[in-house]
Amino acid sequence: MAQPQQQIRKAKETGVPDAKQYMHPTLRANHGNWKYHDRPRPGVLHHVSHSGAEVWTVRAGTQRQMDVHTIRKLCDIGDRYADGHVRFTIRSNIEYMVAEQKKVAPLIEALEKNGFPVGGTGNSVSMIAHTQGWLHCDIPGTDASGVVKALMDELHHEFRHEEMPNRVHMSTSCCEINCGGQADIAIIVQYTKPPKINHDLVANVCERPAVVARCPVAAIRPALVNGKPSLEVDEKKCMCCGACYPPCPPMQINDPDHTKLAIWVGGKNSNARAKPTFMKMVAAGLPNNPPRWPEVAEVVKKILRVYKEDARPWERLSDWVERIGWPRFFEKTGLTFTKYLIDDWRGSRANLNASTHIRF
Amino acid sequence: MAKKPHDTPNLDQLESGPWPSFVTGLKRLAEDKDAAVDLLGHLEHSYATKKGYWKGGTVGVYGYGGGIIPRFTEIKDENGKPVYPDAAEFHTLRVMPPAGMHYSTEILRKLADIWERHGSGLIAFHGQSGDIMFQGATTENVQKAFDEINEAGFDLGGAGPALRTAMSCVGAARCEQSCYDEGKAHRMVINSFLDDIHRPALPYKFKFKFSGCPNDCMNSIQRADLAVIGTWRDNIRTDEPLAKKWYAKHGMNELVNDVVARCPTKAIQLKEIKDVRKGKAISAVALNDTHALEIDNSDCVRCMHCINVMTGALAPGTDKGATILCGGKRTLKIGDQMGTVVVPFQRLQSEEDYEKIVELGQKIIDFFAENALEHERTGEMIERIGLVNFLEGIGLDVDPNMVSAPRTNPYVRADGWDEEVAKIKAKKAAA
Repeated sequence: MAQPQQQIRKAKETGVPDAKQYMHPTLRANHGNWKYHDRPRPGVLHHVSHSGAEVWTVRAGTQRQMDVHTIRKLCDIGDRYADGHVRFTIRSNIEYMVAEQKKVAPLIEALEKNGFPVGGTGNSVSMIAHTQGWLHCDIPGTDASGVVKALMDELHHEFRHEEMPNRVHMSTSCCEINCGGQADIAIIVQYTKPPKINHDLVANVCERPAVVARCPVAAIRPALVNGKPSLEVDEKKCMCCGACYPPCPPMQINDPDHTKLAIWVGGKNSNARAKPTFMKMVAAGLPNNPPRWPEVAEVVKKILRVYKEDARPWERLSDWVERIGWPRFFEKTGLTFTKYLIDDWRGSRANLNASTHIRF
Repeated sequence: MAKKPHDTPNLDQLESGPWPSFVTGLKRLAEDKDAAVDLLGHLEHSYATKKGYWKGGTVGVYGYGGGIIPRFTEIKDENGKPVYPDAAEFHTLRVMPPAGMHYSTEILRKLADIWERHGSGLIAFHGQSGDIMFQGATTENVQKAFDEINEAGFDLGGAGPALRTAMSCVGAARCEQSCYDEGKAHRMVINSFLDDIHRPALPYKFKFKFSGCPNDCMNSIQRADLAVIGTWRDNIRTDEPLAKKWYAKHGMNELVNDVVARCPTKAIQLKEIKDVRKGKAISAVALNDTHALEIDNSDCVRCMHCINVMTGALAPGTDKGATILCGGKRTLKIGDQMGTVVVPFQRLQSEEDYEKIVELGQKIIDFFAENALEHERTGEMIERIGLVNFLEGIGLDVDPNMVSAPRTNPYVRADGWDEEVAKIKAKKAAA
């Protein structure tokens, strides 16, 4: 038997690394023993331990998709102005922990001077959770990093100040799978036309029964097209979700003009006050308009403006709508309630108003 | 020095404005790396034509079946040659971060150096899957990059029909609301199932997420097949100096409107100190010389609101653990599903307590592997077979905490009723 020319290295299946080795020493020493926190200013958390130890955290926005030079710059700031330990939040903000209060102001100055906005805490609009988009996804209807950059430019003030009634989490998703996730305000691709099928490729590229099974409304069936095994779509049934596209790329769902964007509001994962909620679609048909998607930004800013003016302290977007009702949400935001916003999927009757509870 | 940059009039417009620009970062990389030059050209083409141009494929590292997201360009000229050849293979390595996403600057620099050597130099901290995403390696370099990342103490995460990379909050490391050691649970669970991460063989993805309290900062209830959310059984703790300090700063209006009135079960009341009830389930704390907050903990659903508003003055109890919910996911295929309760309370203090989550995880993954249809998530499987069949399959007893209300229709064959009642009573008597 021939010897392999080069020894292939066997992976060390080490799994999740132990975080304690990288953790700030004050966090390590007070693990599980924190008493309370306050926020001396937006972007800064001050935690106090039962032991009396204190730690200050400075949170700053990043572009998430970072080049190694940006990462090194963040590390330089961490070594020079902080204690050499950082962490990232679920929304791609970076956090620097420092054991002395006097380090906070110079750290903030260094971050902002280098273009990293300090904020994203408390009742701010935090960084937008987002997906890969045209940069790296195989099925994107739009970009992700670019949409987020454009929107965060417009929400820079809201990130750096805590002026909203409660925290605002946002997400963007570049297809209807919604990898961006549930949020107070979410921007999600909404396809508007059935897939265009490249019948020459289907037989070679797609596992046809799997594609048929993937369709939520059973609109896809096997067919012979031009003598070749392919698939066909019942366009009256198809609701253009794009579920067939990932397992079968010849079922092209993306289109430069017909791929639109929708806005969803009121998703809340926290159990605080009301039970967690799913977000609801409130606008669709917005153009996919790179590089800055101004029409989307306009709707998002309008919703934020009305929420900020009208919601009471501690009301998340969902709590606010729960109080004022959907008719007034549409009235105040100037968005149009259309038939497309009435749910007709399974379980939809639970979303109808089975009462005489109507606000006049 | 890299090759000449492409014109990128669309992307150039994303360099202005106050938010950090990924385009500026890519351009900095493009000064030395041809892959970044062509990535910018590739992305500009998407911006100009409003379509994506990557396709998947099969790329992996030796010994593993998953963890790499292969990307090959589909922008080809008339001869089938890539228009952006230096970004024609642009694969991502999904790498599991430390629980809670803690890093020293030293390890970050080390990871950056590795990726500068073997990849494009573009890293996402972090992707929506919870992984560090090292984006942009050629097929040849994937193994080299992985070998060095692996030597630095990191391992690949999940992709495809496999157990996926988990996420956990900052939790006990820096949060007073933490009800268990999230990082410990995260590591114990995930590192027990590495085979299911590295060698995809499940019907579809399976995700764990760990949140230290019901604020659920990891968004686990909406996204995780198994959500471990911290909670406590005993009374809310109180701290009088901090309560008085809060009240002195915020006053009566905020106390009534923001705290008392927002309690979802009206478990919290404002009382004159002389009227405060005594009792096993009562927490009370004075706000000034005359008034106190009184919480009837048997009515409290541990929503976190009052604790969030008056942090420190009010705090989770000490009999801590987690509620475990199963089946959360987004729309495809049958519609959105929240995770729902399968274990109302799992104490999480001793080593054995934590092992119980691993055991439960094992049972659920096994049941999922056996019973789910292809491309079906746990929430969809439970919807199809019913919660009771699922519970019986994994050996958990029914509990009224698992429902928001008992059934509202009579469509059930109930001839086993007496037997069930006897069984439950016998079990209770034996406990």
